[in-house]
Amino acid sequence: MKRILVGIKRVVDYNVRIRVKPDGSGVLTDGVKMSVNPFDEIALEEALRIKERGAADEVVVVTVGPADCQPQLRTCLAMGADRALHVQTDTPLEPLATAGVLRTLIEREQPFLVLLGKQAIDDDNGQTGQMLAALWDRPQATFASKIELTEGKAQVTREVDAGLETLEVDLPAVVTVDLRLNEPRYVKLPDIMKAKKKPLDTLTLESLGITPRAQLKTLRYEPPAQRSKGVRVNDAAELLAALKHKGLL
Amino acid sequence: MNPNILIVAEHDGRTLSVATAKCVACATTVTDAAVTVVICAADATDLAQQAATLAGVGTVLTVEHPVHAHPLAAAIAAQIAALAAPYTHVFGPSSTFGKDLMPRIAALLKTVQVSDIMAVESATRFRRPIYAGNAVLTVEVLDGAQVVGTVRTASFQPVAGGGSAHIEAAAPVVEPPHHTRFVSVSAARSDRPDLQSAARVVSGGRALGSAENFQLLYGLADTLGAAVGASRAAVDAGYAPNELQVGQTGKIIAPELYLAIGISGAIQHLTGIKDARTIVAINKDPDAPIFEVADFGLVGDLFEIVPQLQKLLG
Ligand SMILES: Cc1cc2nc3c(=O)[nH]c(=O)nc-3n(C[C@H](O)[C@H](O)[C@H](O)COP(=O)(O)OP(=O)(O)OC[C@H]3O[C@@H](n4cnc5c(N)ncnc54)[C@H](O)[C@@H]3O)c2cc1C
Repeated sequence: MKRILVGIKRVVDYNVRIRVKPDGSGVLTDGVKMSVNPFDEIALEEALRIKERGAADEVVVVTVGPADCQPQLRTCLAMGADRALHVQTDTPLEPLATAGVLRTLIEREQPFLVLLGKQAIDDDNGQTGQMLAALWDRPQATFASKIELTEGKAQVTREVDAGLETLEVDLPAVVTVDLRLNEPRYVKLPDIMKAKKKPLDTLTLESLGITPRAQLKTLRYEPPAQRSKGVRVNDAAELLAALKHKGLL
Repeated sequence: MNPNILIVAEHDGRTLSVATAKCVACATTVTDAAVTVVICAADATDLAQQAATLAGVGTVLTVEHPVHAHPLAAAIAAQIAALAAPYTHVFGPSSTFGKDLMPRIAALLKTVQVSDIMAVESATRFRRPIYAGNAVLTVEVLDGAQVVGTVRTASFQPVAGGGSAHIEAAAPVVEPPHHTRFVSVSAARSDRPDLQSAARVVSGGRALGSAENFQLLYGLADTLGAAVGASRAAVDAGYAPNELQVGQTGKIIAPELYLAIGISGAIQHLTGIKDARTIVAINKDPDAPIFEVADFGLVGDLFEIVPQLQKLLG
């Protein structure tokens, strides 16, 4: 069985305007829309396309998080994933712990490819994929905008500061994906119905033998520094005069 | 124990990236820290000289091995993890180089990473942005854990030169992994200033409408001696190459002057320009969110305004 494992995270939807709680204890999440992290959706889409091309037999999605992650897993099943694994925990895990959980699941699932988003848009940590690759002692290719699979290998084009870099990695490997890799499909109603029948297994950290250790404590959340309101200028000449006045030209 | 900070240098084989000098700046804000810069390269001679002049650096370590001709995270991480034991902190820049590499190092060291450090409050306490910069966290590393960090380079000014650190060669202690091979890099070489360090940036959005029209901005940028940037929409549409993208998933920049032309000002874009000293917005929609952060806003059609600017400056 040629299997792809895709990690997903439930996050505040990217369209929501984030506000910090007045007491600095977190951000307001009551009643806000939650979604699959957009990068993870792209990772799943890529896995599905690889399967549709016949280069994989099964796509398994996994998330680590509280009980209310299940709607996002169902969305992934509706997109076309074959089954879902939910490692249920109410303790938010640090990326190293999440990578540890994924490492354990790899032992069970034996994927030839693990696809993750390059970052989650809530914590913006961008760590889990690389940490997983290290714990697994396998190659990593981050920020992918193109993935080509050949026998036992992957050629991955990466979006780096200089432009586009191409790496060749032996499989199995961890690839984290960037926005331009693909455009995820829309979920259709019949697929949502079908997804209800697909397997979704719930696991616990205890059943995997994992006791997460916190190495980082959040002391407070603050809103970012605000920029002061600017002025309107009426035309190009006025703009240049204003910039000259400020010593910028 | 005083903080002992190791910084992983970023370079292109010839020149040390300015991001390294910014990491040093971040490290020197940790009280009483000793700072070492490590250079993994095929030939580190010139790079070591450059690093040795950075003010505040005590030691430069060089690791020479042919595998380091290209920055492969798997190879560098194994090397850094092997020599990290004496250090309390291991820092790298929050560039694609550092973002790729540092978490792999942290996992090999079984320790925590603090991403995008924007300020240091103490050796264990840091501030970092989350939610595309819509909130700022203060975090504390617990139980004396070794700290791996990426430094948000837009938050720090590079340290000056004039230093004279001592240079030491470290033996490449680990057999580099063979499972990852460099194939190519398609860096568009340009004579224009580098987007990440330019004092002025002219940036265009979806409104430009085509790669051809985008050339308008190159003209304006050349007149101003500016770098060119782009929104994600402009890059996705193929008007500009990916390395020009500014924002949450592109480059985070802090120029003196940023001109946003035909860019609406989505939060994911704004997070990339929060530290710009002056933001100018040119947009035909008076209600575009970009005007909420712009120091100077001009409502109008870019296809009229940009040629006018060009002419007035010419
Ligand atoms: C996970 C995620 C990450 C993202 N990361 C980034 C990122 O790093 N960087 C980024 O930029 N975006 C990012 N985005 C996308 C972002 O949400 C916006 O979609 C994008 O920034 C919009 O680009 P734009 O402003 O060019 O286009 P639009 O929003 O379409 O704006 C075009 C603007 O041009 C104006 N206009 C049109 N014609 C003219 C004219 N003739 N003259 C003057 N003005 C005109 C319009 O009024 C409008 O305001 C991300 C999105 C997601 C979901």
